[in-house]
Amino acid sequence: MNSLRKYLCLLAGFVALMLPFSSHAALTIEIVGGAAQQIPIAIVPFAQPASLKVAPQDAMASVIGADLQRSGLFRVLETRGVINQPTDISQVRYADWAALQAQALTIGTIENLPGNRLKVTFRLLDVLKQTQLAGLEYNIAPNQLRMTAHKIADVIYEKLTGEPGVFATRITYVSKAGKRYSLQVADADGFNPQTVVSSAEPIISPSWSPDGTKLAYVSFEKKKPVVYVQSLVSGQRYVLANFKGNNSAPSWSPDGKRLAIVLTHGANSQVYAINADGTGLQQLTRTSAIDTEPVWSPDGQFIYFTSDRGGSPQIYRMTSTGAGVQRMTFDGSYNVSPRISPDGKMLSFIKRDGDIFRVAIQDLMTGQVQVLSETQNDESPSFAPNGRMILYATSMGGKGTLAAVSSDGRVRQRLSDNGGDVREPAWGPRVD
Amino acid sequence: MNKGLIGTILLAVMLTACSSKPMKDAPAPVEEKAPAAAASAPVAEAPAATAAAPESELAYNPLKDPNNILSQRSIYFDFDKDEVKAEFRPLIEAHASYLNQNAGASVVLQGHADEIGTREYNLALGQRRSVSVKKVMNLLGVQDRQIETVSYGEEKATGTDATSRQKDRRVDIIYQGE
Repeated sequence: MNSLRKYLCLLAGFVALMLPFSSHAALTIEIVGGAAQQIPIAIVPFAQPASLKVAPQDAMASVIGADLQRSGLFRVLETRGVINQPTDISQVRYADWAALQAQALTIGTIENLPGNRLKVTFRLLDVLKQTQLAGLEYNIAPNQLRMTAHKIADVIYEKLTGEPGVFATRITYVSKAGKRYSLQVADADGFNPQTVVSSAEPIISPSWSPDGTKLAYVSFEKKKPVVYVQSLVSGQRYVLANFKGNNSAPSWSPDGKRLAIVLTHGANSQVYAINADGTGLQQLTRTSAIDTEPVWSPDGQFIYFTSDRGGSPQIYRMTSTGAGVQRMTFDGSYNVSPRISPDGKMLSFIKRDGDIFRVAIQDLMTGQVQVLSETQNDESPSFAPNGRMILYATSMGGKGTLAAVSSDGRVRQRLSDNGGDVREPAWGPRVD
Repeated sequence: MNKGLIGTILLAVMLTACSSKPMKDAPAPVEEKAPAAAASAPVAEAPAATAAAPESELAYNPLKDPNNILSQRSIYFDFDKDEVKAEFRPLIEAHASYLNQNAGASVVLQGHADEIGTREYNLALGQRRSVSVKKVMNLLGVQDRQIETVSYGEEKATGTDATSRQKDRRVDIIYQGE
C-alpha cells in the first residue's frame, strides 16, 4: 500500500514534469520602466515551413522581441512597414533598416529536418557597420522552439550589452489557489509553468541547486516545517532534514555538495550545514538569538544570514565553517533576507522603513545602500543569474504577486498571475 | 498517597487514550484556525488498552471539557514580542501540571506570527514564542521529551489589520494524537 502510494506519487511527479510543451503563460509580465538608453533593434519574422503550425505568441521573432523588450534595455521596432523582409543575408538592404533607425537587425529561418527535427538559423547584423555580429544554427525538436528563441535572445543581449542574457533560464515560485499550495517552475518569461509538488499545507523557501536540476524547499505537510530536495528531472524527492522542531531556509553551497539550513530542536532558530544526502550535519551558529535565512556567497567562502543578536534583525556574515561573524547592515531597524549578487559584489535584502518593506541593495565594498523597489510589502529577493534584475514577491490589492527591479533601480516589471496568489520566487541558474 | 498517584496516572493514561476522538470546536476564538482542529490528523494511539475501564471515566476528558482550563489552548502575544503575559500563566500552569501528572502525554507548542514581515523571519519569531511557552513549562517541571516546539510563522495568519492580527500572534498547545 505504502509502496503503491509512493509509486503513484512518483508517477504523478513524473507526469507533471513530462507534460507536452504548451505556450500557456502563468504570469504576464508588464514593464513599468526602462533604461535611459535603449538599443533600437529590428527583428524580421523568421521564414518557416508551411507545415509548421505556431501560434502568433510563439513565433520566433515574437518571443525574441518580447524577451529583449522586457529587459528594458531594447526598443523593438515595428518591421511590418518595411517591404523587403529578408530571411537570408543576401536579401538584406541595410538602407531600409538604417531608415528605420535600427542599430541591429535579426533575421532567420526555420527548416524541416528528417525525423521530426527542425533547423533554426539566425544572424544578428550591425546596421551601421553592415557586418554580422553573430550567426548560429540549432538542431532542435519542435517543442524546443520557445527555448531556442530565448537562447537566441540571450546571444543578442550579450552581443549588444556585453552582459550574459538570462532569457533561457527558469524561475520557481509558490502559487496558492484556494486552499492548495503548489510549487511551480516556469520559463523566465512566465510561460510553460509546471507543477513540481502540491499540498494542502504551505510550501515556502524554494532554493535551486547550482546545476538547476533540483529544488530544496520547506513543506508543512507533516504539520511542521520539513526540508525536502526534489529532482526536476525524475520528480523524485527525499527528506533532507526532519529533526525535532523546525527545519527550514535551505540554501545550496555553490558546489552543490552541501546546504545551509535552519534547525531549532527545542530552542531558537540556528544555522547548520548538511550534506546534500542528509549526512554530515554541522552547527554553524550557537546563540540564544534568532539566526536564520542563510545564503552562501558565490565563492563559497561566506554564509550571510539574518540575526537579531544585536537587538533588531540585521544581516551578518560568517565563514562557511561558522567563524569570524561580522555585521553587514547598520542602516535601519529591520534588514532581512540577504542574497548575494552572482559577482559577489552586491547584497540585496529586504529593508523595513516604518510599515513599508522594500527591496534594497548594498555595495559590499562601500557599504552604500539604495532602496530599489517602489512597492510596499516586498519579500524574497532573488538575483537573475547575470545580476541585472532582482525578482521578488510583493502584494497588490491584497493578493500576492511577483515583481522585478533592475539592480540599478531603473527597470521595473510586474509579473501578474491570473489565477491565485503567487509568492516565494527564486530565479534559477544559467544552464548550458 | 502512593495509591492515589498511581490512580491518577492510570486515569490519565486512559484519558490520553480517549483523546483520539475527533475534537469538537473549542470556544477559544481562533481554535478553528488551529491545525489541531483538522479532522485529517492521524490518530497515533489505539484505545484498546483501556477497553476494560468503566464507561463513565472514559467519557470525561479534561482536555476537551469546555469548563476546564485545559480546553484553552492558545497563548497570545504582543506585537514583535515573545514574553508570556501574566494573564496566560494559569493556562500554562494547568497544562504543565497535566503533563507532569501524565508522563505519557506530550504536546506540540505551535508558534504563529502575523503577516507583517518576511516568511522565514516570521517562522523564527513564531518559534521564539513557542520556546517562551516551553521555558515556562520547563520551569514548572515538564520534561523536554514531552514537548516539541514548532512554528508555522505567518503561514496560517488571517489578520489584515491591527485588531485582527492580534489573534495571529500566538502559540497553540496541541496534544499528541489530537
